[in-house]
Amino acid sequence: MQPFIDQIISECEILQGLPLWFSYLIFQLIFCGIIFVFVAVFAMLAGYAERRVAGRIQSRIGPNRVGPQGILQSLADGIKVFLKEDIIPTHADHILFRLAPYFIFIGMFLSFVAIPFSSQWVIADLDIGIFYLLAVESLVVIGIVMSGWASNNKWSLLGGMRSAAQIVSYEVPVALTILLVVMYSGTMSIQGIIMAQGAAPWNWNIFQTPFLFVAFFPLFMGSLAEGNRMPFDMPEAESELVSGYNTEYSGFRFVIFFFAEFSNLYLIGALATVLFFGGWQAGPLPDFVNGLLGIETPLSAAIVKNLVELCVFMFKSLCLVFIVIQLRWTLPRVRVDQLMNICWKYLVPVAFFNLVVMGIWMVVVPEYVTDIVALCMTACGVLLLGYFFYRVAWQLKNTKARLRFNPLS
Amino acid sequence: MRERHPRSVNFEIPRYILFMTYFSNIKTAVSTVFEGMTITFSHLLREPMTIQYPDRTPLPVKDTLPPRYRGFLCVRPEICTACTLCQKTCPIDCIVIEHSKDEELKQRVMTRFDIDMAKCMFCGLCTEQCSTGAIYFTNEFEASTSNIKDLVFKFIKQGEKVIPYKIPRKKKPAAAAAETQAAAKEKKE
Repeated sequence: MQPFIDQIISECEILQGLPLWFSYLIFQLIFCGIIFVFVAVFAMLAGYAERRVAGRIQSRIGPNRVGPQGILQSLADGIKVFLKEDIIPTHADHILFRLAPYFIFIGMFLSFVAIPFSSQWVIADLDIGIFYLLAVESLVVIGIVMSGWASNNKWSLLGGMRSAAQIVSYEVPVALTILLVVMYSGTMSIQGIIMAQGAAPWNWNIFQTPFLFVAFFPLFMGSLAEGNRMPFDMPEAESELVSGYNTEYSGFRFVIFFFAEFSNLYLIGALATVLFFGGWQAGPLPDFVNGLLGIETPLSAAIVKNLVELCVFMFKSLCLVFIVIQLRWTLPRVRVDQLMNICWKYLVPVAFFNLVVMGIWMVVVPEYVTDIVALCMTACGVLLLGYFFYRVAWQLKNTKARLRFNPLS
Repeated sequence: MRERHPRSVNFEIPRYILFMTYFSNIKTAVSTVFEGMTITFSHLLREPMTIQYPDRTPLPVKDTLPPRYRGFLCVRPEICTACTLCQKTCPIDCIVIEHSKDEELKQRVMTRFDIDMAKCMFCGLCTEQCSTGAIYFTNEFEASTSNIKDLVFKFIKQGEKVIPYKIPRKKKPAAAAAETQAAAKEKKE
């Protein structure tokens, strides 16, 4: 962030008159505001998109009445929730009950500090960024347990307890996988991890070796579990716990839970993008766009470069968000014992195995072999994607379904 | 220790089979999730089944109903004979007809013909009784209102007097025969 701000200050005469710390402060506040707005808008649009995708997956249409194609549906829901009475149960622990949503939201929001949206647009490029992300995401557990306990409601309490058990367990495979990536990249800085990768798919971490490919799945499943997403949404299992830890909340506090849930959805996608899909790496694309637009001043060139990288990052992370949404409407919810089974018997051993084997690989295998393997893995990945779409076409052909490719009808 | 059933065998699953089930579980999980994802993705490309009923159907639903659909009852007072058969046959008395001799016109007139569609059970007995087809089913069916009294349909306005329809008498057979003979003669000439 600092080089970018310095560049702006050097171009802008008004800012040069101000003390340096003051302009830094102003810019940081502005960027924090942008992130906040982004989280709010993303939560709204993701809520809408999720319902539309769910509709089409279930052969329905989904909300399409409020605004053009129903895009304002989330806004209407938000206004409705805002107007609800803010109820605190009589026997609830008032202080904790009020505090819990802020813990959850702060936990989510602090994670965005370390997410790099482009090469220069990151609030804070910490040297231990990925470690910070892990630490801060665990703050959410406290909020969830707090809300579950303070509500004085058996469903809330069970939801909170389940969530705590789940997040604490799934932290292990996630941490092990992140450790693997850190080991491979040789840095804990998130920008460093992205820099260690490249723009082309065969430079992404996921296609480097078969073990890194396998390692992606413990991380992804662990993130799903930490974000309380299907198929691991035990804390808010509607059929069992009404709504889990947020059962007793209404009004604005409920909106905060909603925001946290959907910003976490984005974090799942962003984390996987950063660690395995090359982050904002856009290769020669920014220079190409700059040449196309004929931009010469360094500041606007830098802005265009960052914008292109932002678009690349958004595209990758939103693709992953789409997969998460699709998974929610594909898989049934697992039981609590199955949940623990998956974590401790499958994900943790797999993550450990990957860690050890990758360590040996890095010592033994020379670099050119890794490059060849990376190319082969990329080819395999493309084939897998091709097979996926072949199977989709087969499903459509086999059921003689009538097709409608327009996503908005 | 509990006593064993005589027929039970001391059966222990070998270690290597347990080891194989571990990997076959992973294989099953991966392949089934993959297959499920292809199915749900294929559904994204399919046509939704939803019929967006009131306002976004390709044709108004009213026009797609079968010809003998039993919607609201309707009455054509100009061909009603005021026989009150429909009122008598109605099992739940939702039809009210009032008729009386009018002093000015020196004739029998109908002053009221109400059908309470909120009570009606669409049995269709009244339409079967009607000799002129004055009472008949329409294909209107959207009955929701904020006031149930809106569902009392008045086919004769307050204060209006309707002279009942008189079915033209059939000619006597002899007279009819004579007429045809006359017609035949005219044709010959």
